[in-house]
Formats: sequence, C-alpha cells, structure tokens
Amino acid sequence: MDWNFALFGAVPYIAVFIAVVGSIWRFNSNRFSWSSQSSEFLENKTLFYGAFPWHYGIIPILLMHILVIIFPSVLFAWNGAPVRLYLLELSGLALGFLALFGLLVFIYRRLTDSRVRAVTSSWDILVLIVLIIQVVTGLGNAILYKWGSNWYAGAAVPWIWSLFMLNPSVDYIADLPLNAKIHIFNALIFIGLIPFTRFVHFLVINPYKYLTRPYQIQRWYSRAPRTEHVRQYK
Amino acid sequence: MDVRAQLSMLFHLDKCIGCHTCSVSCKNIWTTRQGAEYMWWNNVETKPGAGYPLTWEDQNRYRGGWEVTSGGSLRLKLLKGPGKFRTLANIFFQPNLPTIDDYYEPFTFDYDNLFNAPAGDDQPVARPKSLITGEYMDKVVLGPNWDDDFGGSPLYGANDPNLKGLSEAQKECLTQFHKLFYFYLPRICNHCLNPGCVASCPSGAIYKRGEDGIVLIDQDTCRAWRFCVSACPYKKPYYNWGTGKSEKCIFCYPRVEGGMPNACAHSCVGRIRYVGVLFYDADRIDETAKQPDDRLVEAQRDIILDPFDPKVIEGAKKNGVEENWIKAAQNSPSYKMVKQWRIAMPHHPEFRTVPMNFYLPPLSPILHQAKAMSGGTFDPETSDFWNDIDRMRIPLKFLANLIGGGNERVVLESLKKQMAVRIYRRQKRIGDVGEEKAKRILSEVGLTEQDAEEIYKLVSLATYQERFVIPETHREIKTTVDPRTVYEKRGNVGLGPKTAEWPRRQW
Repeated sequence: MDWNFALFGAVPYIAVFIAVVGSIWRFNSNRFSWSSQSSEFLENKTLFYGAFPWHYGIIPILLMHILVIIFPSVLFAWNGAPVRLYLLELSGLALGFLALFGLLVFIYRRLTDSRVRAVTSSWDILVLIVLIIQVVTGLGNAILYKWGSNWYAGAAVPWIWSLFMLNPSVDYIADLPLNAKIHIFNALIFIGLIPFTRFVHFLVINPYKYLTRPYQIQRWYSRAPRTEHVRQYK
Repeated sequence: MDVRAQLSMLFHLDKCIGCHTCSVSCKNIWTTRQGAEYMWWNNVETKPGAGYPLTWEDQNRYRGGWEVTSGGSLRLKLLKGPGKFRTLANIFFQPNLPTIDDYYEPFTFDYDNLFNAPAGDDQPVARPKSLITGEYMDKVVLGPNWDDDFGGSPLYGANDPNLKGLSEAQKECLTQFHKLFYFYLPRICNHCLNPGCVASCPSGAIYKRGEDGIVLIDQDTCRAWRFCVSACPYKKPYYNWGTGKSEKCIFCYPRVEGGMPNACAHSCVGRIRYVGVLFYDADRIDETAKQPDDRLVEAQRDIILDPFDPKVIEGAKKNGVEENWIKAAQNSPSYKMVKQWRIAMPHHPEFRTVPMNFYLPPLSPILHQAKAMSGGTFDPETSDFWNDIDRMRIPLKFLANLIGGGNERVVLESLKKQMAVRIYRRQKRIGDVGEEKAKRILSEVGLTEQDAEEIYKLVSLATYQERFVIPETHREIKTTVDPRTVYEKRGNVGLGPKTAEWPRRQW
C-alpha cells in the first residue's frame, strides 16, 4: 500500500470533509458553545505572556501560508533577491519563536494553575499537543532545511493545488524530509479537529462587523421575523 | 421625536435597611448555577465603601463608561486611542478586565467534616472550599458583602472613589466613631439608554429591547470576548467562567412581561423599590449623554417625555406603544419622582450611559446632624434646622458624587423638598410648626400642598399597585419564541431539586 498516497492523497479530503460537515453540524446544533472559552477571568497574569505573543506570532505566519498557496509566483519573485529572501525567512523565524514562547506559556499555565485546570477539557489538551507539534516542526523546517519558503512554494503548494483540482499528486511531497511530512500531516489533523475543539474560534468572523456597525443595537421582538430559536415545549 | 418606552426602577434610599432580601431572591431565581455563583445581579453596598467588585467606580482602572472626545463626539473610554481598532487589537487579551479576585472566589464549607470527623480533643471545623477548583482555601479573603456595615471605617469606607473632592473635615466623619455615617445602596443593572456594554460587544450579542428598554445578552451569539464587563461602568455584566458567556440582570423580563414586579422589587422588605414606565425621546440620547457633568441630571430629566402631552402620546402610538403602556406611563411612580417633583436622580450620570434607574437620596442622617448642631436636641422648629441641610452628616458632596454627577444643587433640591414635605406633614399631624411656616417652606422649594400630600403618600403609604405600575406585554401573541423556553434556557429556579442543568460546554 502506498502510504504516501493514503496520508497525503486521501486524508486531506477526509479532514476537510470532517471540518466542513462537522462545523456546519456544530454551528447549527450547538451554537452556544461556538467560541474559545476564555479563562482570563480566572487567571490573567500569566495569560498575558501567552495570548499576546501566540496570536501576534501565529496569525501572520498562518496568513503567509495561505497567501503563498494563492500567489506562489509572487513569493518566487520576492525571493529572487537574496536580501528579500533573508528578510522573509528571518521575520518568519522570529514570529515562529514568538508563537512558540506564547504556546509554552499556555501549556505551563494550563498544567499548573488549578483554576484554569478546572475549566480544561480533554479537547483543550489535545489542542495544545497538536499546536506544539505544528510549531516545533515548523521551526524545524525553517532552521534545518533552508530555504523553507522556497520549497514550500515549490513542493507543498503544487500538491495543495493538485488536491484542489481533485487530482492528488503526492509525488510533489513524497521526497520531503520526515520533519516536513509530520508538519503537513499534523496540519491535516488540525483541520479535522476544528469542529470539535476551541479551534472554532478562528472561524468567528463577526468582530470585523464591529468596526462599521453603530454603537447601539436595538431588537424589537414584536417586529422581528420568525426567530430561529423556536423550540416546541412538550 | 422618537418616543420609546422604558421600564425603570426607583430606590428610596432612606428606607433601605441593608437586609439583602433583594439580593437573595434574585440569586435564588437566576444565579444558583456553576459559573454564576459569584454573580450578584442585584447587590446592596454600604456607602461609603469599596463596593462589589472592589472599587468598581474607579474608571481609571476599568475604563468603563463614555467620554466626550475633543472633537465633541461620544467614545467608549475603553476605546481610547485607536478607537474600535483597540477592541480588535485587544481581543486576545483584555487589559481592563477585572478578574474573579476583584469579586471573590466562590466558596462553600466542608460541612461533612462536622459530622464525620473522628473523635478528638478539639471541635471539628468546616473548612472553606473553593467552588471553582474544589480545593481547600487557606482563608476566605473576600465575599459578596465583605465591607457590609463597615461604611465608616478607614479600612473599607476610605477606599470609596466618591470621597474625592471632600474636605478633610468631611472625611473626618469616616474615622470619628460618633460622627461616622453610612447608608445602603442597592444596585441592579441600570438598563441604560446609552449602554456601554452594548456598544463594546464585538459580536453584537448585547441589545436593548425596543419595546421596554431591557438590555439583554444573546447567549448564542456571545463569543466570550468580555468587553462588556469592562465597558459597563457599573460592572453589571458578569462573565460566567463555567460556560464562557457573559450574563447580566435581565430586569426579570419573564416576570415583568406578565405584569409582575421584579423579584428584587417584589421581595423588598422596606418597600423601597418602585417600578414604572418612562417615555423617552430616542433621538436625543446622544445629545443628552454629551452634556457637561453638572448638566447631566437635568439633561436626563429633559429626555424623559410628558406622558400626558398629546404629541407624545401620538408619537408613542406611532412606535407601536400600546394603550395599557400609555396608561401605565401616566401613573408611573418613576415619572412623578424623577420629572414631576424632581426628587430622584440617576446613579453616576457622569459615566454618560444615561442610566434608567433612579435614587431618592437619604435624608435621615440630616436630622441626626441637625440635632448635634443644635446642642443635642432634635428641634425642627428652629430656622437653623432648615438651613443646616447642606451641613448634614452625609456630606452633600458625597451624595453629589454618587447620584448628581458632582452637582450639589440637584441633590440639595431633592433633600429640601423631602424635608419640606416632612415639615408640612408634621404641621398636619402635630401642629407645632405653624401653618404659615409650613406653607412658606413648601412654596420656597416649589411644591404645592397637593404635591406634598402625593409625595407623602407615594414614599410612605403606597400600596403594591401604586409602587409597581407594570403593564403586561402579551408577548405570547407578538413573537414566535415560546416564552417557556426562557425557563429552560436560564437553568432552574433555586431552592429545590434541579431537573435540568445549565447547558454545559462539552468542548
């Protein structure tokens, strides 16, 4: 059996299927739980050193990954000059370490603070395990196998496009080092876990509306159309 | 003119004895759930005092309420600097959020030990146990009414932010035992016209109901960003640490929709609470909230409309306000005390949320002080007595900081009116003041004899029907939401076996 094909040709579809169907199911059946339960109210001193570095480190990195999938040619053009390549790689590395620091603080906090432990589910532990694998292997890729941005755009991105085209060609990534393969496979696990964990909170898209909406909100129950929360009482 | 109706609660502070019956009835109905144990949607504070959560009135720390920018527009204090972008930038970690240590760590006691401890030389004790972690606590360091009745103490009372601007002599009242003063301040959500919580919510989960002005949090839309907790200057939205949702006083809407008074008001032993309808002009909220501090109380009276004015009635009908609501607004105890007689004031109008609960300032300690001033005998006949009102035991400045936006004149007006009514009634009952003098005092403060009789009746004799003028909404015919699901969603009534738990998060 071709393990490469099973892991990188079939699992991606399964993961995305679970993510899409699972998210729709959870959003419709349990909207109440659709967020990342904040524990800042119980402990806010350590959290500061976790939440800020983590989010400000990981969001730009994640965005870069997505942008390169969409515009790989832009990346090659940018990396054409060595100075720009160094700049990109170094800032990526710095952001990666920032995120790693935040993540380690998260793990330390969740394991040591008894109040935070009281609101920790097994899913939260799983989330931290998946994330630490992802960040450590990501940093490994960047440090051990340079230049990561180039071979990501050269090998992984065509593979992702082949998946989009429903014509999976695992050959693109078959020869990547083990560390990179772990990084990719763990990313698939991450996608599949989205509906079942606090990962759903990055699918929350409403805060952007806050910038444009008026401060005050009124609702008129006598004017509103049918609400969606009608439940018949037996 | 955009006429809307608002349910408003009014508190007669003179009559509050600090028994906390209101807090307990509220707690038993709404917040006996995991994650909500520490919440007191209704609480009673001793003033001066640090309050609950600690020093909640200190907006330099929590950044609650609104400020007028140099450009002349209203902005949440929380959004200082980059404006609404500050909310998005701080969405991962909210720097102005109070933590559970500012309220108190909810606890129970290990009662089992009292029964099951092995025989020994010493008495078994029930050690405190945290309701969050389940671990034993070394000691309980804070509770819901930690500084109850310690109002005059330098340890607790001195931390009250309302003491700013008081002279040293006035602050002396805090430390000298025979002079010390305190009174009770019951607080629920103010259901403001310009609520900070609604304005701060990035998810848009909090809203004000158009029909009755009750501010509610949509539990399915709340995403645990917690900005409401900071933005509310009264600290009345609470974060449920168990479910990860914010919750707040719901003005007992399942009760008031059926015409029943709120649980806190209904259970009030001293009958200090009044509930009524106010009509207000929604077009002028912004303008009202922007007034300078000392104009705020007047501005709030201005935005409240006369329910007898035919234009107002017409405007109300146009907005779908029903006949029984108009009638209730005309009989509203709130309208009479806030606007007609001008004796009730909103709590901290300088936070600029245009709060819709009102307070009658306490009068009793004035008598006490007047007695001390006139050589130890209570003598309402002396003219000194009338003039000494602004030298009373509770410094006028303190009351003005609390309910006048710093404006001593509005507080003085209310105190003088209340005192005039007392003098008038004393003349009626005992007759030792002098008809002439009693009437002169009344007209000095701008009250007629009829006003005086009505004020006297409303503040001291009013019946259940006169204190609570709450029109039914007949919501069951207006909406497709089954009102009974409210019961299901809020968990269960306390004091009994629970059949359904509050929805818990599985992940």
